[in-house]
Amino acid sequence: MTRNLRYLIPIALLLVILPYALPPYQTILFSYGLIFAIAALGFNLLLGYTGLLSFGHSAYFGVGAYAPAFLVKYFGAGSMELFLLAGIFFTAVVSAVFGFICVRYTRIFFAILALALSQVLWSLALKLFWLTNGTDGLRVPTPTLLGGLASDVLGSAETKLDFLSHRYYYYVLAVFFLCVAVMWVIVNSPFGKALQAIRDNETRAEFVGVQVRRYRWIAFLVSGVFTGLAGSLWVVLNGLVTPDILYWTFSGEIVFLTVLGGFRTFAGPILGAVVFNFLKAYAVGFTVYWQFLLGAVLVVIVLSMPTGILGTANTIWLRLRRAA
Amino acid sequence: MTAFVQCLGFTLSSADILTAQILNSLFYASILFLIASGLTLVYGVMRIVNLAHGNLFALGAYVTGWALGHAVGWVSGPLLFALLLAGAIAVAAVGAVLEPTLLRPLYKRAEEYQLLITFGLLLVLEDMMHWLWGPHPLTSGALPDLVGSATIFGATYPNYNILVIAVGFAAAVGLWAFVYKTRFGVILRATSQNMRMASALGVNVKRVYVQAFTIGCFMAGLGGAVIMPISGAVLGMGIEALILAFVVVVVGGLGSLEGALIGAIIVGLVRTLGIMCFPEIELAVLYLIAAVVLLVRPEGLFGRA
Amino acid sequence: MRLLETQRLKKYFGDTHAVDEVDFSVTQGEVLALIGANGAGKTTLVNVVSGLLPPDGGKIHFQGIDVTHQSIHQRIEAGIARSFQLVNLFDQLTCLDNIALPIFSREKKTRRLMALADKDRAVREEAMEVLQQFGLAPKAAMVAGGLAQGERKLLDVAVAYALRPRLLFLDEPTSGVSTREKAPIMDIITSIVRSGKITAVVIEHDMDVVFTYSDRIVVMHEGKILADGSPDEIRRNEQVTTTLLGTTVAP
Repeated sequence: MTRNLRYLIPIALLLVILPYALPPYQTILFSYGLIFAIAALGFNLLLGYTGLLSFGHSAYFGVGAYAPAFLVKYFGAGSMELFLLAGIFFTAVVSAVFGFICVRYTRIFFAILALALSQVLWSLALKLFWLTNGTDGLRVPTPTLLGGLASDVLGSAETKLDFLSHRYYYYVLAVFFLCVAVMWVIVNSPFGKALQAIRDNETRAEFVGVQVRRYRWIAFLVSGVFTGLAGSLWVVLNGLVTPDILYWTFSGEIVFLTVLGGFRTFAGPILGAVVFNFLKAYAVGFTVYWQFLLGAVLVVIVLSMPTGILGTANTIWLRLRRAA
Repeated sequence: MTAFVQCLGFTLSSADILTAQILNSLFYASILFLIASGLTLVYGVMRIVNLAHGNLFALGAYVTGWALGHAVGWVSGPLLFALLLAGAIAVAAVGAVLEPTLLRPLYKRAEEYQLLITFGLLLVLEDMMHWLWGPHPLTSGALPDLVGSATIFGATYPNYNILVIAVGFAAAVGLWAFVYKTRFGVILRATSQNMRMASALGVNVKRVYVQAFTIGCFMAGLGGAVIMPISGAVLGMGIEALILAFVVVVVGGLGSLEGALIGAIIVGLVRTLGIMCFPEIELAVLYLIAAVVLLVRPEGLFGRA
Repeated sequence: MRLLETQRLKKYFGDTHAVDEVDFSVTQGEVLALIGANGAGKTTLVNVVSGLLPPDGGKIHFQGIDVTHQSIHQRIEAGIARSFQLVNLFDQLTCLDNIALPIFSREKKTRRLMALADKDRAVREEAMEVLQQFGLAPKAAMVAGGLAQGERKLLDVAVAYALRPRLLFLDEPTSGVSTREKAPIMDIITSIVRSGKITAVVIEHDMDVVFTYSDRIVVMHEGKILADGSPDEIRRNEQVTTTLLGTTVAP
């Protein structure tokens, strides 16, 4: 832990001064990266630690995003904390139900079942126009943070851009730090060890007294809630939620960025989320064929560096040290 | 619920509507079978779920659309129908290249990687089609116009759609005969049941895999080819088709050809009924059916455990 | 006192009667060897009793309680643990964590999400102690996947032992290791089992090992119990010698 602090403190400081060092657009882009990192942390509790590949995590991100939108639509709510609570509550309910169904299977059937269930939500969001406005989506205006305590010195002169690139960035950053800390404890807890045991050897885990299915279900629940929390943060940043966010290709992106960073390490998905987000933003700006680029990157990663950026960097580092 | 019952009663009460809807269901089922049979064949033999399969279906549609667009005017009549095969063959050729280059290195790795690489392939193919044929749909109504329509039990129905139903049926029979009645079929089934054993008995597993994948791609391409004259070639059609094909193979049983046929018919019926009577939740109902089948009978209605 | 008792226990695989109406019992405190040729049904018997496979008939009583239809988890709570013939470890976890997990599980601490496993000093110390007993303490920080075969066999037994069971099934604890390593491994295991007052059932092929380390021997043949007695009785049993031992034990 003290060894890790050597890296952690500079990184944390860098993140804190970021809005002063980068133009607002870049800062906002970074917020997106941090939000996807939270989603990926949740996702990787299943893939990296429990050994379950979900191709349906768009469902939880989407529920987390739609929950604040409904609060705005039906109750005119405008408190960020309320948004987050609603997001956590609804994703907890949905992932508890979906998880209960999915954990009956592993491997490919788990992946497809998770995908099929997420598609149910997508098609409902698409077709139930009276509820979701269909493809037009629902808007989420700028909320108050911490019940107005964290208001800006600019007061009414604060633009949306100011808000997103400054106050909201710090809000996201704080939630991000909290999520990283909580997830770090979870994966290093006795529960986390039990999950890794399930990943390594399901039968033996059962024979040391771990109730495999129940633990997978709890992992699924925690995973869904993290991803849902990310969705709630995202919808404010994006200002709009449409059914696209529930579509299974978005689940694919979550899988992608986790593998990009490296799912065998704790920090891999975080790095992957930030890198992916910049990669995608620039690819989209650079060419209309950004999917081609991303797809090609994914193919190359799978074929030549399956441990992701962090895993590969680690291997190279070790090799260099041994050579020196 | 009452609305649904009324709608159902209305459909059943009139012979021409009923006929048209049954034909519609069969039409859907036929297309779905063409897509799903390839997906299930590849899974059955190679244990790979190809997420890019829907995009190969779309590629078949695009190649056919492109060929028809260029041919109309100087190729006439029945010869145009031969162009449908061009789409299927082109996709088969793509498959024959993809399997050895992209998939072969991954058989020994965890299946997560196989899903991922086919997801990467999906993204690449989607944009390749975008790049090659542009953002606008390719359409060609030449073939349906050519064959006109017929009146069956009071319902006027396009002959081309009936032709598609026939193609789907022929493909089902052909594939069945191929897998169960030919020498290659025996090798294919042996490999799917026990790859190591087959390999030990002198089966060239590499060749079987590339052949199976090529056939799977051919079926997907054929599906895309025959639907192109009706719905055109559109970006995103492949991703949508993949999910429906998933529903089909999950309902019928992943890896089972008979299952793909039954699954396609069930999904075709539910879709037709859904579009008429419960359009809002039609897709949700389909995915729920898939989820429920996975839950109570994971091997599918007709699958091997 | 009878710790475990099965009545007419059955497990069939198609036409193969792997366990065929077996009445098998284990007495408190003994080290029992379960022997027989390959396919005699030894491992299947252990699989059924430990809960890995459901029986096709018959009853299993543990400490007087019917456990026939209990889950693996319930049987572990009752005090039945097992090791595996083909090593079953958590390969990406360290040796220490491989041992810590069953301890956490035994103390119902695996439900804790918000506590760091490494900070639980009591569990760490106990896990280190177990590793020490098995001679694996120097490897504590190494991942289990990186151990040599003999060490892996020991760790596999240690994982089951860390549950502090009342009854411990050891499925061929020395299979796959060289003849030279067998005796030291069995020495370690039996001394731990005996000093911990744990009742043990050991499946074993090596007859020298069997006669040296067990109090009682049960011989299985084609799904049935062929003989049951002390090592001396089994050695003198002609039926056993002809069907089983003829080739492995010098006269």
